[in-house]
Order: sequence, then structure tokens, then C-alpha cells
Amino acid sequence: MSTGEPLNGAQIVLRALADQNVEHLFGYPGGAVLPIYDEIVQQDKVKHVLVRHEQGAGHAAEGYARSTGKPGVVLVTSGPGATNMVTALADAMMDSIPLVCLTGQVATQLIGNDAFQECDTVGITRQCTKHNWLVRDVNDLARIIHEAFYVATNGRPGPVVVDIPKDVQFAMGNYVGPHKIRHNTYHPKVKGDMEAIRQAVDMLADAKKPLFYTGGGVINSGPEASHLLRELVQLTGHPITSTLMGLGAYPASDKQWLGMLGMHGTYEANMAMYECDLMFCIGARFDDRITGRVDAFSPNSKKIHVDIDASSINKNIQVDLPIVGDVAHVLEDFLRIWRDRAHMPDKAASKVWWSEIDEWRARDCLKFKPNKDVIMPQYAIQRLYENCKGRETFVTTEVGQHQMWAAQFFHFDEPNHWMTSGGLGTMGYGMPAAIGVQMAHPDALVVDIAGDASILMNMQELSTAVQHKLPVKIFILNNQYMGMVRQWQQLLHGNRLSETYMESLPDFVKLAEAYGARGIRVEKPDDLDEAIKEMIEVDMPVLFDCRVANLANCFPMIPSGQPHNKMLLGEEVSDDDVGSAISDEGKVLV
Amino acid sequence: MSEPEEAIVSHTFSVLVDNEPGVLARVIGLFSSRGYNIDSLTVSETEHEKHVSRITVVSSATPMVLTQIRAQFERLVPVHKVRDLSNTERPLERELALIKVAGAGDARVEALRLADAFRATVIDATVNHFVFEITGRTSKINQFVALMEPLGLVEVARTGIAALSRGPKGIFDD
Ligand SMILES: Cc1ncc(C[n+]2csc(CCOP(=O)(O)OP(=O)(O)O)c2C)c(N)n1
Ligand SMILES: [Mg+2]
Repeated sequence: MSTGEPLNGAQIVLRALADQNVEHLFGYPGGAVLPIYDEIVQQDKVKHVLVRHEQGAGHAAEGYARSTGKPGVVLVTSGPGATNMVTALADAMMDSIPLVCLTGQVATQLIGNDAFQECDTVGITRQCTKHNWLVRDVNDLARIIHEAFYVATNGRPGPVVVDIPKDVQFAMGNYVGPHKIRHNTYHPKVKGDMEAIRQAVDMLADAKKPLFYTGGGVINSGPEASHLLRELVQLTGHPITSTLMGLGAYPASDKQWLGMLGMHGTYEANMAMYECDLMFCIGARFDDRITGRVDAFSPNSKKIHVDIDASSINKNIQVDLPIVGDVAHVLEDFLRIWRDRAHMPDKAASKVWWSEIDEWRARDCLKFKPNKDVIMPQYAIQRLYENCKGRETFVTTEVGQHQMWAAQFFHFDEPNHWMTSGGLGTMGYGMPAAIGVQMAHPDALVVDIAGDASILMNMQELSTAVQHKLPVKIFILNNQYMGMVRQWQQLLHGNRLSETYMESLPDFVKLAEAYGARGIRVEKPDDLDEAIKEMIEVDMPVLFDCRVANLANCFPMIPSGQPHNKMLLGEEVSDDDVGSAISDEGKVLV
Repeated sequence: MSEPEEAIVSHTFSVLVDNEPGVLARVIGLFSSRGYNIDSLTVSETEHEKHVSRITVVSSATPMVLTQIRAQFERLVPVHKVRDLSNTERPLERELALIKVAGAGDARVEALRLADAFRATVIDATVNHFVFEITGRTSKINQFVALMEPLGLVEVARTGIAALSRGPKGIFDD
């Protein structure tokens, strides 16, 4: 819709955001975005959330996007504002999170002159965005912003950048509304090839030991995809596992759920991957943390791969049947054909397959030694989970052992309730992500399961939480180490701990108070439940310093360079096994 | 880690793109970030009114990687259409080269005679140099350059390959 009255570039930005139904904008001001900030303060459709560091704005927008299914939107200034966003963009790129990032740029006539706070934002972000634009003419601005939303959210989602020079923000130009835009080139295919889907139905019907291996693509496809997945899995009675990114798409409380797979996945999930005769991969990408050793990956299975991104197919693992399309669309067609053919599950085969799985389950791979005196990190997550049950709870994490324990011991029954940095593995993701989630879900319980090292990477965002009255709970598994790196040093480098002890950690309780938040410290297992309850009850941000066993290792584990059937189980390995688990070839793969 | 050993083959891709700023950087970035080889790359606007350019890329890799390259191209936002010309019947591939040769006496006569045989034309000359222009398949140009080597080859400029499929159908008729 053309507005008739002329608008300046900054007004066009706000108008376009409002027309895209943007309710929240995460940002940080600076010289090159002053005109846009001047418009922000004069309107109330789009609420601006001021962060403390641009990376925080990026991760907050990621958390917002992941928990709502809507794109996250950020606004930062030129130069350092833009470069501070790069990590979040790369993170969103890896995990397929729709982000629209608006950056200020120096005036067009200054571009290329090494002007103050100039950087080549489109150049720097080209490889870590799905697409980016430099707007040189104010009359292109509205179209480009609408295109940016379209590109970020269609096909495989991802981050985009729109770089807007300051003179363009001042210039007067024409506004066009979103419905006028039809993209010139980008029209990703959502419907799967029907012949391939029919073939997939036949393959599943013939399989004796089938396994569903699902990923973040199911969540990105929307709630309908999770719904259809549940229908399919329950209709067939087959086991299902998922990647880190896909947790919640299928309810963890269901008996067909085998737990997460991959490097720190469950024994039963990984053994099922190794032994299955049909692998039905839906919205996952055969990442190296999932496959382990590629030439020994699931040697006896036929593989079907559903993915909206054709470039994910046959990238790491050759599959027998690729289906390019959106998960929900493909599953809908699949289910219709499956039902039409009235396939009955092969009960006898299923019984044999499940009894094999039950034997693996009986190994109880997540077992750990309880302790009366010190809090075991796994126990802490178990108690956290039990105390959060019955509430609408969203969990974000930082990166490290705590992240893996969270994935293993906190169980998700719904999609969009688990946000973690999977592909890039970005320490410092969790707290800003929690802020984004809480912004979108003001009444829900939002917990960042954190590590003592990671939390310090974006600690400043506690101030954002306090300012915006966002009662996020930062649950720190404080082991005084960069635990995951320490574990690798033990595994790979003769337990020579190099720079992984967190000396001079702050007093987290005092730190919380300094920010105007609540601090809680717990050191004894017996005090844990009471303290967690308090954390949940207080209506303000909380830093929860949970002192846990310092040297616990995260098991089970597929050592690098090993196949799925060579897992190390925590209860069963000695320190010697741990020290020699990884071969020299495996070391380079870490 | 030993991938299944597969032969490396060379394929020619034709890619129609919106002629927007940065599109070439995107293509080059794709190849460098994923470690694909570029044997030849040409870009030029082909339909000015529609702002469309055609990129022709020759890359050598295993068939699995070549399929990847195609899929990676297809997911670039400004790409209209990708065609792997090597999957068509004997695609037409031509390259133009300018070749400077300096010398006198027998070598000079021999250079001119060979140029004639290769249908290269002289586009600049003095008594002690020629610049030849030659068009043809890459192998023909390689051969000509090799022959000029002992005859006083000074320098060579090549355009890289421009390619089309045979027959009446265009890239959108796949
Ligand atoms: C930004 C960034 N820098 C470095 C790393 C490498 N790294 C992975 S886990 C880890 C240690 C994390 O320590 P902590 O947050 O205390 O978690 P723990 O493993 O102890 O639970 C490090 C340094 C990373 N993932 N991200
Ligand atoms: Mg730690």
C-alpha cells in the first residue's frame, strides 16, 4: 500500500516493521541509526528492547524467534555495532533461525572512505547470512525490508541483514506495503515429490527395524509439523530419536522416545541408529556430532532424508531417497498415502526390534553416582526439571557440559520450548536468548541453564533483564571449570589442564545484587529443592549459583572418530579408558 | 577418513542471476568457503533490461560434490536458474584468448604459420611482435599457447569459458 504522504527513510523503516507485525525490536543505538531511533521514540507500535551489547540483541532475537516461530528483529549501528552482531548472525545461520538485522551505515557518499564507524557490513556478513542488502536509494527501502522478512522466513529460515546508510534514513521516498512484493528469484519448494513420498511409504512399510531421526527442521516447519510427526510415529509404533535442535518436537515423556542421539546422546538412540534397517531422517542434517565416524555410520540401513534445503542432502552421508520439501507438507502427504494403503505394522518384527532396544535401554546409560555431600550436576538438572513441571517452562542454555546435561535430564514435551546454540556452539547465547523468550512469553517460566564460564560472556545482559522487568532464571551449574574443555583435556591431552580452571570467579550472589537482581547460592544437595522453589517464586531475575561437583564428566559419549556402537558409558569407564578413548585420527576431529 | 573413492570430473554450470551488487562476491564466497575448485569463471550481464547476468563456472570434483555445488547455487537468493551443462549432450564451450608473441626470424614466421593453422587472427603487430586473438575450446587454446612457448611467448589473457547447451531449448526449458 502506497501511503500517499511522503515518508523519510527512518519513517519507512518503522512503517515497514509495523506492517510486518513486528512487536519487539532488540537493539542498541549509535550515530548511524539516530534517525531511526528518533522515530522509535515517537511511536508505540514497535516496542524497543535496549540491550547492553549488540551480540545480546542478536541472541535475544534468536530466542524470541525460536520460541514464537516469528522472525526476530534487531537494530544496531554501523561499524562496531554491526561487527558485534556477527557472532549472533553466524549462530542463526547455523541453526536456521529467522532474523532480520537492520544496521546503520555511514552516508552513501562516505562509503569506501574509511569514514568514522564505517565497516563493510555486507561484505563482512555475506557468508554468515542467508542474504544481505545495502540500500542505496530510499525508494528501494520498503521493498527491501519486506523482501528481507520474506527471505528470512521462507525456505530454510536464516538471518538477513539490511544495511541502511544514514542519508537514506533522512531522504524522502515512497512506501510500499508487504503484499505488493513478489520475490524475483527466491521461491523455495515446499511440496515434496509425490513419487518419492510414495516410495518412502513403501520403504517404511517393508522395514523391520525402522527409526525416525528428526531435527530442528521439524520445529522450524511449525507446530503442524510436530503434530504430524507425532501422528506418524504413533501410527507406526516405531522408535524415534532427535538431534539437540529437535528436542520437543516429539514428547520426551512418550514410550517410543529414545532420547537425544549423537556424541552425548543416549546409548539406545545411538545403538538404534547403528542397527536400524531404515533411517527416516526428517529435518536433520547428518552433522558430524550426530554421525560420528562417517564410514561406519549406520552400515545396514536404507536412508530417507526429508529436508527443505537440497544442499543438506547427500552432503555428509549418501542417502537412498531424498525428498526436498517442507516437513509439514511432506508428512501430510506421507500420512495420507500411508492411511490410504492401510498399512498394518509388522507386529512380529516390531516386537523383535523393541526387545533389542529394551536391552540397550536396560544399560541405563544416564546413570550417575549419587552423592550426599556435593551436588551432582545431573541431579541438579533433575531437581530443576521436577520443580518446573506443571508450569509453562522455556529453557535456554549456554555451551558446555551443562548444555548436554540439560538436554539429557530436562525433558521437553512441546516444540519451541528449548533454545540452545547447536551448530555454532556459542557460549554467551543463553541469557540473552532467555531475555528474548521472556519478552515474547511474559507469564512463562524462562530458565537459562548456564555454566560458570559461559555466563560471564554476556553477563551484562542481566542489566537488560532488570530494566525490562524480565524475571529470567539463570541457573548456573558452577563447577569452577570450563568443564567441557577440561573433559576434552582429560580425554585427549593426558589430563594436563591448560587454562580451563576458572580462577577468580565473581561472587555470583553479590553480582546479582549489584545488578538489582536476586542471587541464590546452594552448596548442599539437601538444600536444592527449597532454593529452586524460591528461584521460581521470586518475581525478578535470579542468578542461581548452584555449586556442583567440579570434575564430573559428561557421559555417555561417542569418542571422536568412533562409530555409534563404540559409546563410553559413564558408570562403566575407568579414568584409563577415558584417557585412551580417542585415537590420534580422532583427535583432529574434535 | 576415507570417503568412497570417486573419480574427479569437470562440469560446467550455467547460472542465471539477478544482476545485483555483490552477486559475484556471493558466488566466489560460496566456492572459497566450501573449498570447491573454480577452474574457470565468467560473468556478464546478458539481458540488460531484466538486470540478468549469466555466470558460467567450470569446477572439478566428485559427482557427489558437483551435486552439492548445484544445490548450493540454487539456494543463493538472487539465482533464477542453474543448469549443469555437462548433463546435456556435448555442450558448446568457447573461450577467447589474446596472446602476445615477440621475436624475429624463423620463430616469427613459424608463429604466424601456426596462427594461421589455428585460425587465430593478428590484432596488433610490429616488426618484432604479434598479438593473436584466438577463439575455441579450452584444449585448443592450451595447445596453441604451448606451441607459442618456444617461439617467444610474452603473455596471455583469457576470458574463461562461455557455454550454452545445443539445440533450440534455453535454460528455462529444462
Ligand atoms: C564463544 C566460545 N568460546 C569458546 C568456546 C569453547 N568452549 C566450549 S565449552 C567451553 C567451556 C564452557 O564452560 P562453562 O560455561 O563453565 O560450562 P561447563 O562445560 O563447565 O558446564 C568452552 C570454552 C565456545 N564454545 N564458545
Ligand atoms: Mg563450568
